[in-house]
Amino acid sequence: MKILRIAGRNLWRYQRRTLLTTLLITLGVVAMLLFISTSGSFKNMMIGQITDSMLGHLQIHKKGYVSSIDSLPLTMNMKPKMVDKAEEALDAIPEIEGWSPRLKFGAMFSNFNETTNIRLNGVLPEREIQACPDLPGRILGEQPQQLVEPGKILIPELIAKGLKVKVGDSIVLVATNRDGSVNGMNFQVSGILEGLSGPGGRDGYLHLDDARELLRLESNEISEIAIRLKSPEQQKAVLQKLQQTLGTLQNQQGKPAFEIHSWEKLSPFSNIANMIDLMTLFIKIMLVAIVLISVMNVMIMAVYERVREIGTLAAMGTQPGTILKLFITEGLLLGIAGALIGVLISALVIFGLQQAELSFSFGRQSGLILDPQLALKDVLFASLIVIAAAVIASLQPAWKASKLNPVDALRQV
Amino acid sequence: MDIVQASNLVKRYLVGEQQVTAIRNANFNIKQGSFVSFVGPSGSGKSTLLNMIGGLDKPSDGKLLINNTDISTLNRKQAAKFRGEHIGFIFQDFNLIPVLTVAENIEYPLLMVQNWPLAKRQQRVKTLMEAVGIAEQANKFPSQLSGGQKQRVAVARALASQAKLVLADEPTANLDHQTAFRIIDLMKQMRDDFGTTFIFSTHDNKIMNAAESLFMLEDGEISEHRQTAAEGERE
Repeated sequence: MKILRIAGRNLWRYQRRTLLTTLLITLGVVAMLLFISTSGSFKNMMIGQITDSMLGHLQIHKKGYVSSIDSLPLTMNMKPKMVDKAEEALDAIPEIEGWSPRLKFGAMFSNFNETTNIRLNGVLPEREIQACPDLPGRILGEQPQQLVEPGKILIPELIAKGLKVKVGDSIVLVATNRDGSVNGMNFQVSGILEGLSGPGGRDGYLHLDDARELLRLESNEISEIAIRLKSPEQQKAVLQKLQQTLGTLQNQQGKPAFEIHSWEKLSPFSNIANMIDLMTLFIKIMLVAIVLISVMNVMIMAVYERVREIGTLAAMGTQPGTILKLFITEGLLLGIAGALIGVLISALVIFGLQQAELSFSFGRQSGLILDPQLALKDVLFASLIVIAAAVIASLQPAWKASKLNPVDALRQV
Repeated sequence: MDIVQASNLVKRYLVGEQQVTAIRNANFNIKQGSFVSFVGPSGSGKSTLLNMIGGLDKPSDGKLLINNTDISTLNRKQAAKFRGEHIGFIFQDFNLIPVLTVAENIEYPLLMVQNWPLAKRQQRVKTLMEAVGIAEQANKFPSQLSGGQKQRVAVARALASQAKLVLADEPTANLDHQTAFRIIDLMKQMRDDFGTTFIFSTHDNKIMNAAESLFMLEDGEISEHRQTAAEGERE
């Protein structure tokens, strides 16, 4: 307490300099926390949309499916035996909230006047909602009673607009199965899906039984399994578990049978997320640089101006370690003050942004609401790096002060 | 008992590449409780001698015992500890800590160096403030005091940790004569009250006569040592 009191008064002695330095540190903390919270809000929103309404957190495919030169290759579907193995492995992992088998394929979509291509997912509605709980939220207008009933189809907004198809209209799907035979079926449009950026963002959905019938599949084969976890933080651990179980299984040729991917490997948005993380890192580095330079500057000046005072303290018997602590404490207090004020201002600005409900657009999506959150871990991280940088910046001047020869210091005019 | 014992004391400095001898073969002893002055013109070696006695500087040659401790053998930390326990300093420019009040300046060596308990510290500070006549200024900062008041605070601070020896380098140089004599009288009074040895340097003839024992310095040598009448002249 005694050192804190003296250090505090010494800082207050040079009020303007102390306030300017604190202001600089504060601005750095505010810039960092605002960037982390707003970019984090954007990132989490986009990741949430991708994982909760399209991809799930993890996906299982037959080995080679994702890298296949064909788009949606029916020849790379998982056969019933593989599905059974996958089901067995998935049921043994308690961290999994739900999983959904999907049969993915391409088809011709016709409104009887015009025709276009469409990517389709054959799903079991209840299972799909377990894996992608936000999928129903993408349905524009009135929500159907069930996500997708037999004989009905959810179509992407782009096709609905392009072919002027409305809910309730009849359409025809024509698909070629893996043997080359063509089949067509009538469906009624039960909903129009909002488009999302990334793979699967413009897919249509139909019931898995309809998909099998359209493709004339007799077995229960599927293209992929989308997995939702109880917590996204468990993704790495569950991926490891699946790699250890399914990843080690081999086909009859002695090659790996399955491939397991996290959403990052399947969506290009992960590159944007990585870019945001990289920018956050640069902001953190800049903050550390601001604190280091400003605090070091202040402390060097403090030592330079107080050489005689340091000599007096040393003459009175103050140990070099105490003098060192005195100056480090001054730096520490600058860091603490800057961090505290910075966190306080950031909290107020973020609260203001939450109240303002600012909207933004991303890709084809508009009206996304910015919802920045001030996470405790970010506050602690920002505060700790600022305080640590302030202490580190004080070390050299403090060391110099503690090593001053009392006679030389007392002679200083 | 001699609190200071110096034999063949030498201090040499390097100024650029040239060696300068600041103190040449100084031999002297100072008794506990005496009131001593080193007198001489600027550059005669008064401050150098006081710095060595105070453990702020080390002799180049010879032996220097303070309270029977050869302080030339102490390292930086040991020397600081020794100063904190045995030696008080009074400076020409007062050298009070500007961010501390009068009471806190006096308390500083007790708190930061000796780590006395609060009640004992407060009692000691009160006693000293009353002894040097600055009790009413207890909560003032140095910038709010006159030169004489500042030097009284410095005297009290030097005595705070019950030092056996107080070294004062030109303690009256920045004071008018009347105030200077008051400070010298105060120092003598403190010597009488607490039995502390006071050694001060001066180049002022009127002030030097206040000392009971005088060491005249010329070019780094003690040219004369004499006992004086206890009272200095006053105007």
